[in-house]
Amino acid sequence: MSFKKDEEAGGMSFYHDKSTILQEARVFNESPISPRKCRALLTRIVYLLYVGETFSTQEATTLFFGVTKLFQHKDAALRQMVYLVIKELSTIAEDVIMVTSSIMKDMQPNLEVVYRPNAIRALARIIDAQSVQSVERFFKSALVDRSSSISSASLVSSYHLFPLSPSIIKRWSNEAQEAVNAKSVSSFASSASSYLSGGGSGGSGGYQAVASSSYIMQYHALGLLYLIREKDRMAITKMVQQLGSNGKSNNIIKNPMAMCMLIRFARKVMDEDPNVRKQMHEYLESLLRHKSEMVNIEAARAICEMRDVQPGDLYRTVAVLQLFMNSPKPVIKFAAVKTLNKLAQILPQSVATVNVELENLITDSNRSIATYAITTLLKTGNEASVDRLMKQISSFMADITDEFKIIVVDAIRSLCLKFPGKQAIMLSFLSGVLRDEGGYDFKHAVVEAIFDMIKFIKDCRETALAHLCEFIEDCEFTKLSVRILHLLGIEGPKTRNPTKFIRYIYNRVVLENAVVRAAAVSSLAKFGVCIDDKAVMKSVNVLLRRCLDDVDDEVRDRAAMYIKVLEEKSLADVFVREEATFSLGQLEEQLVSYVKDETKHSSAFDVSSIPRVSKEAAAAEIAQARSSALDIAGPSTPKPESSAQASTSAEAQSSSYASQLAAIPELESYGPVLRSSSKPVELTESETEYVVSAVKHIFKEHVVFQFNVSNTIPDTVLEQVAVIMNPSPDSGLTEDFIVPIQSLSAASGTGVVYVSFTRDDPSTYAAGTFSCTLKFISKEIDPNSGEPEEEGYDDEYQVEELDLGAGDYITPTYVTFSSEWDKLAESASLTETFALSSSESLKDACKSLIEVLNMLPLGGTETPTSNSVHTLNLSGLVIPTNGNDKSSKVLARCRMTYSPGSGVTLELSVRAENEQGARLVMAAI
Amino acid sequence: MGLSLSRIYGSLSSLAFWGKDKEVRILMVGLDSAGKTTILYRLQIGEVVSTIPTIGFNVETVSYKNINFQVWDLGGQSSIRPYWRCYYANTQAIIYVIDSSDVSRLPTSRSELLTMLSEDELKSVPVLVFANKQDVEGALSPGEISDKLGLAGQEKGREWSVRGSCATKGEGLEEGLDWLVNTIQK
Repeated sequence: MSFKKDEEAGGMSFYHDKSTILQEARVFNESPISPRKCRALLTRIVYLLYVGETFSTQEATTLFFGVTKLFQHKDAALRQMVYLVIKELSTIAEDVIMVTSSIMKDMQPNLEVVYRPNAIRALARIIDAQSVQSVERFFKSALVDRSSSISSASLVSSYHLFPLSPSIIKRWSNEAQEAVNAKSVSSFASSASSYLSGGGSGGSGGYQAVASSSYIMQYHALGLLYLIREKDRMAITKMVQQLGSNGKSNNIIKNPMAMCMLIRFARKVMDEDPNVRKQMHEYLESLLRHKSEMVNIEAARAICEMRDVQPGDLYRTVAVLQLFMNSPKPVIKFAAVKTLNKLAQILPQSVATVNVELENLITDSNRSIATYAITTLLKTGNEASVDRLMKQISSFMADITDEFKIIVVDAIRSLCLKFPGKQAIMLSFLSGVLRDEGGYDFKHAVVEAIFDMIKFIKDCRETALAHLCEFIEDCEFTKLSVRILHLLGIEGPKTRNPTKFIRYIYNRVVLENAVVRAAAVSSLAKFGVCIDDKAVMKSVNVLLRRCLDDVDDEVRDRAAMYIKVLEEKSLADVFVREEATFSLGQLEEQLVSYVKDETKHSSAFDVSSIPRVSKEAAAAEIAQARSSALDIAGPSTPKPESSAQASTSAEAQSSSYASQLAAIPELESYGPVLRSSSKPVELTESETEYVVSAVKHIFKEHVVFQFNVSNTIPDTVLEQVAVIMNPSPDSGLTEDFIVPIQSLSAASGTGVVYVSFTRDDPSTYAAGTFSCTLKFISKEIDPNSGEPEEEGYDDEYQVEELDLGAGDYITPTYVTFSSEWDKLAESASLTETFALSSSESLKDACKSLIEVLNMLPLGGTETPTSNSVHTLNLSGLVIPTNGNDKSSKVLARCRMTYSPGSGVTLELSVRAENEQGARLVMAAI
Repeated sequence: MGLSLSRIYGSLSSLAFWGKDKEVRILMVGLDSAGKTTILYRLQIGEVVSTIPTIGFNVETVSYKNINFQVWDLGGQSSIRPYWRCYYANTQAIIYVIDSSDVSRLPTSRSELLTMLSEDELKSVPVLVFANKQDVEGALSPGEISDKLGLAGQEKGREWSVRGSCATKGEGLEEGLDWLVNTIQK
């Protein structure tokens, strides 16, 4: 490794060789030492570390002890260098606490030495959690030191010490606040610290004239304050309001970087709390006129990225960015056009007003600016300008890096979906760049773009597939080949002339590696199954038989399986045409718990208990996870799968609960969680003193309620927090125990109380309503020490009632309704009629039925098409009762009529694998 | 010719050895709370400073009778003792400090001293032992300490001396240093 670097460094290699330097480190042991020689050597060590050379623990420790000997010399420049090296070595070397005393000495406030800040910064790297307290007094005074370099150093050090010892650092917030408000800086300090403030004043432009300081400590102090108050939303809001208020106390913050930081806080605050949105927005607007360009840009960006930003909010912002696009500074131009580019994804019409400036930037000598300009234009422009822009892009595609090529490709992808009429020219562009040189990420982006075109623009399907076929003829990326082959298998059979693809696919079987060959086999088989032509099926069969001789197991296995599938039509329905797939998150969770628990190994893994989701829903989830580039397609394409989507993410959620519960020792004997309710039920308003939400977990013989409690009152600590639950008399549940929260403060975030009940008769589904009361000991926090006071008082807090019902025992799952319905005709079946007087419309009724039963609506039946008659089909899995080991399927057909006079009338038919399941559903209404 | 020149130069430089810019490197060690840091600053600034347990080391230059001593005061906590060895190189004298009133830990102190003295790097380096805290009631006298350490029989080929001191009052320190100066200059 170091060898290669030496070659690159050429003649300098000897100078920067690690082993030479380790040898030369002997000069540290000389007596007396030569500061000049040592400094040069230290520089070389730091250089090596910065270029990524690695030192073993042994080497670093030896070096470190060598370096400690340099404390004997008072040379300031040497000492600063020593501190730099110590900071770098502190993570690699052992026993770095050996310099503690020496550092503490250098930090003493009475010393007017230039390296005091260096010592402070080094201390943060070597100190351990126990020792933080011993330097508290010192830090408190250093934080408010009049010299900005000392104040900055201690602020930054506190920031880094925070994870080590949060409770102590939290006590320093008054000092940090004072550092933010720092008014004047003594001239001595700023001259001594010029080496530091030099870096900070770079972006500020006109500040040096005002004071000889950059006020950089404001930036650092804000960072620290935020870290301390991070979990306390109210405090952050208050901080932003105070510092950002436009009153007479304005201009407390002088440092532009601190301003930028404040802007980011403001943005976060308004995202979280809609009540302050207007105020914050006004504040940000006012900053568009701030004298620092950096602040203007940051404010503009914040406004553009506001949640649900409206065109009306943007006039002034866009105007400011428009000005910046004419700036002589490339950085400013870049920042402006990048911000607009991002905005154009959401609100292209707002950006369209600056099209003229964007046109000018296309020819900018800086390619990065040009790329952003052109891709922004692609989003804002009209259909007519597309041809011209495409031509211009093609001309400089070769000059830009892959990263920017991806931006271009993403822009074109959304453009295709916007102007389907232009698909031909776009497609030829994409297939053109597909042939160019490029890395995986770039090719992946192009292939994804073509995939989207195939999906959304039916006209281009055949041509696009042909381009992809051509691409895999010479594709170096196995992953992409596999994806394309899969897509060919799905889309190919639907084209007019499917057989022409078979040749391309079979070529892969002949020429490629095993992974691609296996994918090609699967793809071939789909042609055989899906094309209704005996001749094709026969030829595919022949091709598959040839694959039986393949050297790779997987390829042979797949070929053998598909030959069988081709021959038996019923198998084809299960393996090729099946629309449902397992919920992967759940499947993984179950498999993991199966593998971990040896007692289960005697029986086979039970696949039927895994809920199934439609492929559409699974695809939707993947699409959701994908980058925002597709968002542009969002508004124009309908989202029928949204409800299914919700159910899949709920599955993922319950998987995470299971691991949380496994960590509670009291619940260990309960066995696996059979079901957790998908969404926490809010038991309080979100703005109250204590916020409580509940999740229900069903075990084989128990029910466990999980209460997520958070305390929003900053000055109190709640101890022994419990929830007292009183079940309604006939609930069939007996309380076992409560797992309370020991201590809960505003800063500690959300704590969890568990309340466990035993199901008296595990073969029935217990149901009931619980009144819940939060019970705790409230203690005030002493503002001086930051510690809670000794004495507290018992208090109670009433929260809303909690229901346990049918929905808590059912998991939504996907099935093909009509066939499943017929299959269950033989087993338990119940039908009853109800009048749903509380429902105002069919839509209302559907919504509440789905909510109460917690079953998956199938075939889009959750949205009624008629106002008077509707049938809602639901399916779910009921958790096993004592007699059964398996979850049982339950289906419900809800036939409803609506008339304005009598409301909704419901005829509910339930079919289930066992009778209890059917009764459970019926009883829920 | 060249030989004689260098000889003259050598004798000249040995004269200059005690000049302003040369320093005598002294290691000051001993168990924790024996009074090392107090001695160091008493010698350097002539004041009794309030100290905290030394985590690591202090290094100061002490001027005494026109000679500059570079004194390395190494922390005495058991967790730090293993690192003493990192600072043995080029040591010209050792000051070993013992809390004379801490009788129970005297054996520990003795074994740490002997372990250190057995190091090659410290061969024939003179040792000055300060039997510190003589003002405390129940403190052993320097003679008693010396007997308990048993250096008399063992340390041949090394100059050593055990002297009583009281760092807080400044007693015995200068006498000790005088002995060191004489020994080194021999």
